[in-house]
Amino acid sequence: MQLSTREFKTVSYVSGPLLFLENAQSIPYGAMVSILLPGGGERHGQALEVSEEYAVIQVLEETRGLDVAETTVRLDDDVARLGVSADMIGRVFNGTGRPIDGLPAVIPEKRLEITGLPINPVSREKPSDFIQTGISAIDGFNTLVRGQKLPIFSGAGLPANEIAAMLLKQAKVLGKEEVFAVVFGAMGVTQREASFFLQQFELTGSSERVVTFLNMADDPTIERILTPRMALTTAEYLAFEHDMQVLVILTDMTNYCDALREIGSAREEIPGRRGYPGYMYTDLASIYERAGMIKGRKGSVTQIPILTMPDDDITHPIADLTGYITEGQIVLSRHLHRMNYFPPIDVLPSLSRLMNNGIGENRTREDHRALANQLYACYAEGRDIRRLVAIVGEEALTELDRNYLKFADDFEQQMINQRDTERGIMDTLGLGWRLLQRITKAELKRVNKDLISRYFTEIMEDGVQTPYY
Amino acid sequence: MSQQVIKGLIRKISGPAVIAKQMTGSRMYDIVRVGKEKLVGEIIRLDGDTAFIQVYEDTSGLMLGEPVVCTGDPLVVELGPGLLAGIFDGILRPLLKVQEASGSFIGRGVDVPSLSRETKWKFNPSLKVGDDVIGGDVLGWVQETETIKHHVLVPPDFSGKIKSIKEGRYTIEEPVAVLDNGQQIVMMQKWPVRIGRPYRKKLDPNEPFITGQRIFDTLFPISMGGTAAVPGGFGTGKTVVEQTLAKYAAADVIVYVGCGERGNEMTEVLSEFPELDDPKTGGKLMDRTVLVVNTSNMPVAAREASVYTGITIAEYFRDMGYSVALMADSTSRWAEAMREISSRLEEMPGEEGYPTYLSTRLASFYERSGRVVCLGKEAKIGSVTVVGAVSPPGGDFSEPVTQSSMRVTGALWALDATLAHRRHFPSVNWNRSYSLYCDQLEEWFADRVAPDWNELRTRMLQLLQKDAELQEVVQLVGPDALQDNERLILETSKMIRADFLQQNAFSEVDAYCSLEKQHGMMTGLLTFYDKSQAALDKGISMENILNLPIREDLSRLKEVPNELFGDQLGSFISKLSLALEGE
Repeated sequence: MQLSTREFKTVSYVSGPLLFLENAQSIPYGAMVSILLPGGGERHGQALEVSEEYAVIQVLEETRGLDVAETTVRLDDDVARLGVSADMIGRVFNGTGRPIDGLPAVIPEKRLEITGLPINPVSREKPSDFIQTGISAIDGFNTLVRGQKLPIFSGAGLPANEIAAMLLKQAKVLGKEEVFAVVFGAMGVTQREASFFLQQFELTGSSERVVTFLNMADDPTIERILTPRMALTTAEYLAFEHDMQVLVILTDMTNYCDALREIGSAREEIPGRRGYPGYMYTDLASIYERAGMIKGRKGSVTQIPILTMPDDDITHPIADLTGYITEGQIVLSRHLHRMNYFPPIDVLPSLSRLMNNGIGENRTREDHRALANQLYACYAEGRDIRRLVAIVGEEALTELDRNYLKFADDFEQQMINQRDTERGIMDTLGLGWRLLQRITKAELKRVNKDLISRYFTEIMEDGVQTPYY
Repeated sequence: MSQQVIKGLIRKISGPAVIAKQMTGSRMYDIVRVGKEKLVGEIIRLDGDTAFIQVYEDTSGLMLGEPVVCTGDPLVVELGPGLLAGIFDGILRPLLKVQEASGSFIGRGVDVPSLSRETKWKFNPSLKVGDDVIGGDVLGWVQETETIKHHVLVPPDFSGKIKSIKEGRYTIEEPVAVLDNGQQIVMMQKWPVRIGRPYRKKLDPNEPFITGQRIFDTLFPISMGGTAAVPGGFGTGKTVVEQTLAKYAAADVIVYVGCGERGNEMTEVLSEFPELDDPKTGGKLMDRTVLVVNTSNMPVAAREASVYTGITIAEYFRDMGYSVALMADSTSRWAEAMREISSRLEEMPGEEGYPTYLSTRLASFYERSGRVVCLGKEAKIGSVTVVGAVSPPGGDFSEPVTQSSMRVTGALWALDATLAHRRHFPSVNWNRSYSLYCDQLEEWFADRVAPDWNELRTRMLQLLQKDAELQEVVQLVGPDALQDNERLILETSKMIRADFLQQNAFSEVDAYCSLEKQHGMMTGLLTFYDKSQAALDKGISMENILNLPIREDLSRLKEVPNELFGDQLGSFISKLSLALEGE
């Protein structure tokens, strides 16, 4: 329903990205407005708060050129909506959903509220389809499943984008032919990053299955609030109305949160930790929770948000709140990156909460969980000993300790550092058992006897591998 | 009705907070319907004729001047048959009915009753005409699910002589009994969620709440009706702890409140619980479970209410004489909901922006737990045990929610990210956690499990404590500097950590560990320590002890099923003696 056009000329105060409008009682909470500048030109905004005295409008573009006397505000829509269509695939839009690829506007099949509605928990389908990414550190230890939200926690200068590109290229559901449609939402990215992704889409021949929303670093900050919601509204539409398997990549959530903080401070709200607003958890949840599968519908939305941890600090509010909402995290390590290992994923703090649903007999292999736990435990032990060696030297170690130390090195060099090769899950598991040969059997407490006798092989002195027992 | 309907107008909207004028006559915590879409809200402040309202649904699209209608009732929940095996949102709307009304996504202004008005339940009276009853007495029962009998209670403020009571099939609104003073008793009771249900008296916490988890039962037990806070950063396994307790803890009824958590996780509970067998009754787990779910993207104000909704349901089943466990995951999200609404109301903030009444609210919530003598002539004993997860930002326990929770709960199960990273689960840090119930529970364990239970427990804690001290030495000078008997402490503690404290929630055998098995495993580990100590004294080298194959048997003890454990332990101990004394 289009509301009857209403115009207001009662701007009383402009501050940062906010515009205060007096006597604007017919503006609904959350409404979208157009702002007409005195010298011509048009900007857009959304009502953040309405009261009898004034309405607070958040201006999506910059507020330069706005004045108090002449600026006119026109009510467009009672809530923010995006016109969606299957024709959006292959197109590039700006952060507010306007095409920037030089092609004509998409004719919408539907106009949807971009805030979305929460999926009813009873309507959700349990996500359990294993997605093979071809990356051992993910497939073997932090398995991604369809309908999951699994962020990449990166640091400045770490190759999160390269890993995301690898995921784009290689992600598939084993035994199913369908490929993923990709919705790519970029918030505050530089030209270099944007062109990296666009090139990757070209190179992998995936540009015909990608919808791109680009908010560049020099685009208005406030637009970034809308960008991920635009992307997810499109993703939900493609997944649940057009039965597609959709992979959503959002980068960089840190820029999004900074935009949120900017609005909070302009509204003079009481800030929470590090100046971020107290409602950031709820706000982020309204983005991340829009992933999943729905009973009776074929499509799915899988989310890979990327964020940069300021100063590699995983307790920073952005990483912290994200970790509390998402179903795990993939954490990149500066140490591994400096060793020139790729992908530099630190598996110890990484986690996939839905891993157990996607692995095991009939999905990957029966020994997957136990083997992953065992490798985790051995690698953690090896890392502890590495720290100890730094203090007391290698001579003080027992033979077992030395083996753990060597194991940790092998694990990083062979398992993690796979470069650009795509490695299937069976190869990952096989490599895992091979690496365990260094450790005496009595130490392998996470795998039970049956699995050991089935998969564990020992290298005899003559170099021949024989199954144990 | 003669009562004047209070109808106000919206004069300000900011997120979930709405301010309405012309609300004279409305009371604090009254429920209102906001706007044309009739969104549910609650009055949380009154100022002249202005009411401050927290709205339990998304407020986008609301306009100034839209009507606000006061219902005149506080936030009440409907209690009666139909709760068990159900899944509800934070204000107890059944999500299945919401799905019927608005599809796979939750729409706004959905108005569905909590309990079905049509279902007829078979009521079996246990009292007869002429009996005197007071509030809390059991009139009769309904077989609500396969395993749980739902006792129909006389509401707390009713009393008199039964004039009529009849077996038959009733809906929850049809009277099953009438008292001589004309009071009609139906199977549904309504209760305001912010007020605790009455009981006769609280009892001392001297019976343990058995969880089947070694680290909890042995080292940090809580009592029936006790409270525990489970703080832990993300990925430390809070939710797995809560879910494991919901599956295996010795409670008749489980109320699971998913407060501001993940939708997919709730889906896991929903798809798992109806499949899982209840080890106690042989029925399905879902039959004794009530789920209250308000995922993180559902409206924030309903998240605030969900915890109260949960504990009111728990108290209701307690009043029937059941032991009830309430799992609140996570109380931090609840506190954050309070913070968000408080800041929208422009209240003066306390620490880290939380409202100053945070600790009072937390305390009054946890105090609704307890083992009590219920109302009624029969003196039934029921309990509500509360386990509240806390999600401290950055895993830093000095933040207000963790600190306030620690002040009021009886046990702290501190989860640790370092342990979680090594996949040591449950990742409970044995040096930081504590339980204040231990002393009162000692007698029970000595009587019911084994006389030496408390001694073994203390020795194990001491070993772990010494281990922590020695670890610091090792970090400084390396393991070579240690004496053999100190190395034995390190090795034994390592075994305790790996073979006793770790427990695999997803293993069929290990997920639940009986108290007998816990005792046996402690005995095995400490016998190993004692005999090795004796062997060292006799001059046997540490290397020889470490290379004994019996150590592997010890580490595989947890893979022995509960029922076979008694036999295996005996043969293990004799093998151990042979290995260490035979040389």
